Amino acid sequence: MTEEIRATSYVGFDSITQQIEHKLLKRGFQFNVILVGQTGLGKSTLINTIFASHLIDSKGRFSADEPVRQTTEIQTESHVIVENGVKLRLNIVDTPGFADQVNNEGCWDPIIKYIKDQHSAYLRKELTAMRDRYIQDTRIHCCLYFISPTGHNLRPIDVIVMKKLSEVVNVVPVIAKADSLTLEERESFKSKIREELIYHNIRLYPFDTDEDEEEEIQLNETIREVIPFAVVGSENNVIIDGKSVRGRKTRWGVVNVEDPNHCEFVHLRNFLTRTHLQDLIETTAQIHYEAFRSKQLLALKEGVNQRPAAGTAQQ
Amino acid sequence: MPITGRRRNKVKGVQFTIMVVGASGTGRTTFVNTLCESDVLNHKAIQPPEAAHQEEGIRIKPVTVELEEDGIRISLTVVDTPGFGDSIDNEFAFQEIMNYIERQYDDILAEQSRIKRNPRFKDNRVHALLYFIPPSGHALREMDIELMRRLSPCVNVIPVIGKADSLTPKELKAFKKRIVEDIEHYDIPIYNFPYDVEEDDEDTIQDNMDLRSLLPFAVVGSEEEVEIEGEPVRARIYPWGVVEVDNPHHSDFVRLRGAILGSHLGDLKTLTEDVLYETYRTEKLSRAVNSDNRDSQLLPEDLANQSVRLKEEQLRREEEKLREIELKMQREINEKRQQLMAKEAALRNLESRITAQGSNTSY
Repeated sequence: MTEEIRATSYVGFDSITQQIEHKLLKRGFQFNVILVGQTGLGKSTLINTIFASHLIDSKGRFSADEPVRQTTEIQTESHVIVENGVKLRLNIVDTPGFADQVNNEGCWDPIIKYIKDQHSAYLRKELTAMRDRYIQDTRIHCCLYFISPTGHNLRPIDVIVMKKLSEVVNVVPVIAKADSLTLEERESFKSKIREELIYHNIRLYPFDTDEDEEEEIQLNETIREVIPFAVVGSENNVIIDGKSVRGRKTRWGVVNVEDPNHCEFVHLRNFLTRTHLQDLIETTAQIHYEAFRSKQLLALKEGVNQRPAAGTAQQ
Repeated sequence: MPITGRRRNKVKGVQFTIMVVGASGTGRTTFVNTLCESDVLNHKAIQPPEAAHQEEGIRIKPVTVELEEDGIRISLTVVDTPGFGDSIDNEFAFQEIMNYIERQYDDILAEQSRIKRNPRFKDNRVHALLYFIPPSGHALREMDIELMRRLSPCVNVIPVIGKADSLTPKELKAFKKRIVEDIEHYDIPIYNFPYDVEEDDEDTIQDNMDLRSLLPFAVVGSEEEVEIEGEPVRARIYPWGVVEVDNPHHSDFVRLRGAILGSHLGDLKTLTEDVLYETYRTEKLSRAVNSDNRDSQLLPEDLANQSVRLKEEQLRREEEKLREIELKMQREINEKRQQLMAKEAALRNLESRITAQGSNTSY
C-alpha cells in the first residue's frame, strides 16, 4: 500500500484536470449509436428528440411507389453538435428493413456484421505500424433496441436479436410509442419483459464492475428498475400551462414528452447523455472491443503457429 | 349487383362469421370483446418466460356468441387467429388462413353435391375478414400487402388500424391516405362498400361513400368502463386524457360495428355466397373437369366422401378419447373407494381395540 503524501506547499499539479479538459474540448467527443427495430416504431423521431435536433429522417415507406425493402439496410449519418463549447461528433446508424418482411430469418445478420466490422476496422488501424495519433472511432457505443408496444411480451425475434446484440454491443431496450399503453399496461408489460430478459440471460447495459463505488452501483440499480424505458418522442412543440414543450396533441389530451408522469423519455435522455455517456464509450472499448480483440489476436496467433514458414502475421 | 342489405336483416337469428387477423398486440382480442360486449376471446395467456421465444405458430379458433343489434338476433361466429405474425418466418401462417377459408368452401361444395344432404349442415364460410394493421404511421408493410392481396380474392377483407389511439388526428389522416394509396397501387380488391350509382337510392350511395371514406377503420377497443358525467363509458385512461371507444371523434368503432353487424351484414353475406364462393366453386370444378394433372383433382362426390370420412374419423377419435377418459375416471373412483373402505376398516379396527383396552385397566 502506497502512502499518500501531502506536499508541504502548493505545487499546482491539480490543474491537470483542466489541462485535460482543455485538450478534450479541442478534440471533441465521438459517440456512435445504432437504432434497431421494426419500421414505424419511432426510431428517428426518438433520436431527434433525445438530441433536440433534426438529425435523421424517417426511413419508412411514405408513398405507394416506394418499393418494400427486402433486406435490412445499414445507413449511417454523421453530425456535429456543439453545446457550451463541447463538440460532440455523432454517428447515427439506422437499420431500415429490419424485421419488416414476411420471412425475417437472418434479418439481424447485417447488423451484427456491421458492429463487428467497426471493431475490426479499429483493430486493423491499431495494429498498423504507422498508425494515426487518434484513431477515428466508428465502434458502436450504444444500441437502442425498440420493442413494439404490444403489451404482451417479447416476440421470438426480439429475444434472439437482443441476445446476439448484447454479445457485441451495449444494448438499451426501449418500449416505443409508449403512449398507446395505459400506465397499468406499461407496468405489467415491463415486468414481463424484465422476466424474459433475465430468463434468457440477456446481458444488458449497465454492467456492474468491481471498480464501481457504492454510488455507481446504486445508480445502476435505479436504471435497471426502469429498463426498458417506455418512451414517446416528438419533434413538435405543444403549449402546456403556458410553456412550450415537446409533445403530441390528440383529441383527448396532450402528451407531454418531457413529463415523467407521461413517459420515461427524460430518464432515457439523462441516462444516455448526462450520466452514462462517458461510460458507454468506455465500456465499448474496455469490454466489447477487448473481447473482440483478444479473440481476433488469438485466432491470428493460431494461424501463425500453423504456418511456420510465414513471418509476420499479415491478415 | 343489387344491394339487398337492409331488407335481408329482418330475418331472425342471422348466422354471420367474421375472422380477425393481425399480429398479437394489434388490439384484435380487445376489439372482438368490445364488439360483443363480453369476454368472448381470451387475451394472450400470461406465459412463463421460457415460452416467450417459442414459436407456437398460428392457431385458428372459432367461437360463437349470440348478439342483438337493432332488435335483430345475430349468431356471430368469430374466428380468431392468435399466433399470426409472431414467428420469424410467417409464410406458413398465411397458408393456414387460406386453407381454413378454402376448407369452409370445400365443405359446402361437398355438402351441396351430396345426394342426401344434411338439413342441419352449418355454413361456416367466413363473411368478413378484419385485418389489423399496426399503427406505424408510415404505409403498409410487406406482411400487410401480402396478406390482403392473397386473401382478398376469396374473402371480404376489411382493413382496420388497431390501437389507433397511438396516432394524432393528423398522423391518422395521412396514414389512412397512404394505406388507401398502397391498396390501389397493389390492386388489392378489399371490400370497399360497393354501390351502384344507377340502381341504388341516394341514401345507400351516401352511406357507402361515407363508409368507404373511413377505410381503413381506426379502432380503439376497451373492456373497461369509466364514469364520465355519471354515465358508464367504455374508455382507456391515460395520464393525459381519456379515449372513448364509442365516441366517433375518437375512434371509428361505432361506424364499423354498425356496418358489419347491421347495414352491411347482408351484403357481406351475399357477396361471400354469390360471388366469392361461386368463383371458388367454378375454379375448383373446372380444374376437376380438365384433369390434366391427376394429382389432387377430385370430383365433387369424392370431395364429399373425403370430407365426410375426415369428419367421421375425427368424431371417432374424439369418442375414443372420451371413452378413455371415462375409463380412467372409473378406475380412479374404484381405487379411491377401495382406499376409503380400507381406511374405514382400519378405523373400525382401531375403535374396537380402544374399547377393548378401555375395559381393561391400562394406561
